Amino acid sequence: MPNLSFTAPTTVDEAVRMLAGGAGLAKPLSGGTDLLVQLRSGRMRPEAIVDIKRIPGLIGIREEAGEFVIGAATPGVMLSAHKAFEHAWPGIVEGADLIGSQQIQGRASLAGNLCNASPAADSVPAMIAARATCVIAGPNGRRTAPVEAIVIGPGRTSLEKGEFIVEFHVPKPKPHQSDAYLRFIPRTEMDIAVVGCGVNVTLDGNGVCTDARVVLGAVAPTQVIVEDAAKALIGHRLDEITNAALDAAAQRACKPITDKRGTIEYRTKVAGVLARRAAKLAFERAGAR
Amino acid sequence: MSYLDKDALKVVGTRPIRPDGVDKVTGRANFGADMTMPGMLWGKIKRSPHAHARIVSINTDKALTLPGVKAVTTRADFPDIPPEKRVLGAAPANLWDLSRNCMAKGKVLYEGHAVAAVAAVSPAIAEQALDLIEVEYEVLPHIMDVEAAMAPDAPILHDDIFTAGIEPRPTKPSNIAKVVRFAKGDVEAGFREADVIIERRYTTKPVHQAYIEPHACLVSVAPDGQTTIWSSSQGQFMVRGYTSRIVGADIANIRAIPAEIGGGFGGKTIVYLEPLAYMLSKKSGRPVKMVMNREEVFRATGPTSGAVVEVKIGAKKDGRITAAQTVLKYQSGAFPGSPVQQGCICGLAVYDLPNALTIGYDVLCNRPKVAAYRAPGAPIGSFGVESAMDELAHELGIDPLKLREINGAKNGTKAAHGPTWVNIGYQQTLEATKAHAHLKTSLGPNQGRGIASGYWHNAGGESSAACHVNEDGTVTVTEGHPDIGGSRASMAMMVAEVLGVPFETVRPVVGDTTAIGFSASTGGSRVTFAGGMAVTQAAQKVVEELKKRAAITWDISPDAVEWKDGKAYPAGANAGSFEPLDLTAIAGKSARTGGPISAEVQINAQGQGPGFATHICDVEVDKETGQVKILRYTAIQDVGRAIHPSYVEGQMQGGVAQGVGWALNEEYIYDKDGKLENPGFLDYRVPVASDMPMIETVMVEVPNPRHPFGARGVGEVPIVPPMAAVANAIADAIGVRLRDLPMSPPRVLAALDQVEPMRQAAE
Ligand SMILES: Cc1cc2nc3c(=O)[nH]c(=O)nc-3n(C[C@H](O)[C@H](O)[C@H](O)COP(=O)(O)OP(=O)(O)OC[C@H]3O[C@@H](n4cnc5c(N)ncnc54)[C@H](O)[C@@H]3O)c2cc1C
Repeated sequence: MPNLSFTAPTTVDEAVRMLAGGAGLAKPLSGGTDLLVQLRSGRMRPEAIVDIKRIPGLIGIREEAGEFVIGAATPGVMLSAHKAFEHAWPGIVEGADLIGSQQIQGRASLAGNLCNASPAADSVPAMIAARATCVIAGPNGRRTAPVEAIVIGPGRTSLEKGEFIVEFHVPKPKPHQSDAYLRFIPRTEMDIAVVGCGVNVTLDGNGVCTDARVVLGAVAPTQVIVEDAAKALIGHRLDEITNAALDAAAQRACKPITDKRGTIEYRTKVAGVLARRAAKLAFERAGAR
Repeated sequence: MSYLDKDALKVVGTRPIRPDGVDKVTGRANFGADMTMPGMLWGKIKRSPHAHARIVSINTDKALTLPGVKAVTTRADFPDIPPEKRVLGAAPANLWDLSRNCMAKGKVLYEGHAVAAVAAVSPAIAEQALDLIEVEYEVLPHIMDVEAAMAPDAPILHDDIFTAGIEPRPTKPSNIAKVVRFAKGDVEAGFREADVIIERRYTTKPVHQAYIEPHACLVSVAPDGQTTIWSSSQGQFMVRGYTSRIVGADIANIRAIPAEIGGGFGGKTIVYLEPLAYMLSKKSGRPVKMVMNREEVFRATGPTSGAVVEVKIGAKKDGRITAAQTVLKYQSGAFPGSPVQQGCICGLAVYDLPNALTIGYDVLCNRPKVAAYRAPGAPIGSFGVESAMDELAHELGIDPLKLREINGAKNGTKAAHGPTWVNIGYQQTLEATKAHAHLKTSLGPNQGRGIASGYWHNAGGESSAACHVNEDGTVTVTEGHPDIGGSRASMAMMVAEVLGVPFETVRPVVGDTTAIGFSASTGGSRVTFAGGMAVTQAAQKVVEELKKRAAITWDISPDAVEWKDGKAYPAGANAGSFEPLDLTAIAGKSARTGGPISAEVQINAQGQGPGFATHICDVEVDKETGQVKILRYTAIQDVGRAIHPSYVEGQMQGGVAQGVGWALNEEYIYDKDGKLENPGFLDYRVPVASDMPMIETVMVEVPNPRHPFGARGVGEVPIVPPMAAVANAIADAIGVRLRDLPMSPPRVLAALDQVEPMRQAAE
């Protein structure tokens, strides 16, 4: 690493300038739990690292106009400690909470998890399922994009040079709306999802689903919004037939690869299983509200 | 003198805090990578990207011109080792193989095989220099799996290896380096007598010892050749001896200083870095430090063998086994030396077999050379035998524990590999298993229970120990074995017991190669046995000396002095009437009674007691994902006598945890070119703490009369039963037998998917 510059600006504009300024690769730094690992292994060789944690608002959660606004670099521990947010979106919190260990939780952020652009990122499916959006700052000012628009392939995002995520906006749940996230790993922790599934449902007073989003992770180059799975749920209670349709839709949506973490066949099957199990949890939670 | 009467013991059998504990939990302990020296350089290794290739040329010119690079070494710097120098003392390694494993000669034999090394003023410059070393390869076809490597048309790794152990000597080179065979009685006749025969094939994957501390060393070679090596290993004398032969130096010129060791499990009983650091230091004139990263540990250091295990067992309807036969095919990696012989022996050693035959093949393939791993070879063969025993029990409709009671080895049983057992405790482990509350609990849906047994012969061998009484009456004990499992505590306890002094007044030290006499490595579960015997004898000599000093003080005959509870007393009224003298009193006056009080002992310990264990495992299987959860685990083991019970229990739990990893998830994943895809702990899945229940332990104590305190080795046998215990539990839970390791979720699900349609059709 002969020429690596490190800066920690305190304003968004300054950060954009530092990220956009040089010719080489410039990377925003949130918790560093991906970036530093990649730096040390030589997989990532940036010329500039811009720590965004000192910018006011980048760490913390506020409630504003019927939404939660989460600073991009907010670490996992703060997310799960925020009672109102945890109550609103248990699925997002359980996804974020799965990331790493206690030590990692003290650093790991939603923005880092998203922008590392791993198909297996644990916080992303439930964020997409909740229809969360992000505010992006860049050389041309600010723009807003849905979370699902960020990752375009393994390790690749739609962010332009100089752009970074400032915050996430997550709507507050409607009555009888809730979510769940489950992942499958061969061990009980410290592992990467073989399959992940976020389910977000809204029910009517009779337990019939009126709106749903089902999002799979680790079964395709990016997270997958499974439209057919949502269709299978909407208008139904979670009975055996609905479950079978959900399972089949989830399996059909999978375009996994066979790699060291799982075979195509296995990932596809487990995607169906997790969709059913996550839906069960989400329905129970939504019904209890 | 013996200390087998447990009730008379004051220190042995208690649970004091280990002497090295505070240093380790506060981060003060110095491990392999913690040593630095002024002027030190950093060494890095250039490794082969190919699984099998001829080295056409190596050009180091560009690397040498990079500013900051002080030395480059290649095979050309290392001597060939003539046949008569390839074995050193009683050490097991073939040093010519080891030399070519440390630095490839002519061919690279696995991805990660070292071809050159660089020393530079910083790790970054050394890394950069590696990229400047140009190696031209002619890639050769490679072979990864054991049966493919045995095929007649397989690519051959070494054209000078002809299968040993068959007559007449073959004329064509082969990847089968050796065939071993043990037989008892007539298996064919035995199988003819059987009412039921089980014949099955099992497979295991190579698994890594997965010590947390990567290999590391610092080597300083002075211009006159005098050398100091600091490194983390299972034997400072091993490091000294092996390095001397590989670099061509005299042993007397090398001083090897053992660092604390962050895990070895057998994997640090050979050298990888020290000879390269030696060469780089010699060439540069500066100390050279080398530290592997995790990737290098996985790509280039020893796993244990992957294997195919074929088992055939015949029995009468009443459960009596009439014959058993095993055929074991073990990968040895790039050089010969898989632990197949131990696999042959240990699998069958648990049982009293009228007729038995076991054949083992040691098979080369393009993987890292295997290294010892906790009870080397035994867990693999036993996975097959203990699974087959469970299948046999099922077939016969006999309880698996009962089947083992019927056929289990007892005192007087002649084992298939030759010896007749004395003072063994296998049946006692079965009794303790039968009596354990674990067996009385009931199981829920998709839950199952398995039991399995295991054997490990344990080792004795060469050990030295010294016991020094200090001027203030405290005691220093020096041993020659790195402390891997709490042996410092055990050594100090045995000495404290013999001297009759408090544990805290005895300080154990692991000496460097100039501080204590030769001692074989820490391995084979030998240290508490052999090292313990040596320290006990040293302490006993000191007691004799202390009695002599008291006798001089009192001016009576040494025979008239008695040593009791840490003090010298006149032995009876006739000896005279004197105030007792304790260690402090005698040590303080030692100059007047003959000088310093010390004893050093060298032994070649014989009579290690064999170790037997029986384990109970409960699992729950998620039938939709194939995930296996270990619900409860109980390890029952004949430990001889537990010197420090906590560390014995720790060994038992550690062995189980490693065995469960081997059973469930650990495996190397290679691509089609023979390149390792999972060289890290993220994708090479050892169990994490939350994967394991609290492992219950039951220490059965059948003392080994050949050891003063009755100790047997305890560290290895606990890794032998777990794989079969888990497989047997899975079979009990879901009615599907898994015969291939690891029993990872995709494998379990695939096995379920195979039988479910058949079951549904049957219903
Ligand atoms: C031991 C360990 C265990 C782990 N376990 C898990 C797990 O179980 N599940 C899981 O999903 N992940 C896991 N991870 C990966 C990692 O912790 C998560 O992806 C984490 O959320 C990353 O967040 P971070 O803030 O540390 O990101 P950083 O490392 O700071 O950044 C990651 C990437 O995002 C970019 N980036 C960061 N902030 C922004 C921003 N505001 N705008 C644009 N780009 C940005 C960086 O440039 C970098 O490319 C684990 C990592 C470790 C080391």
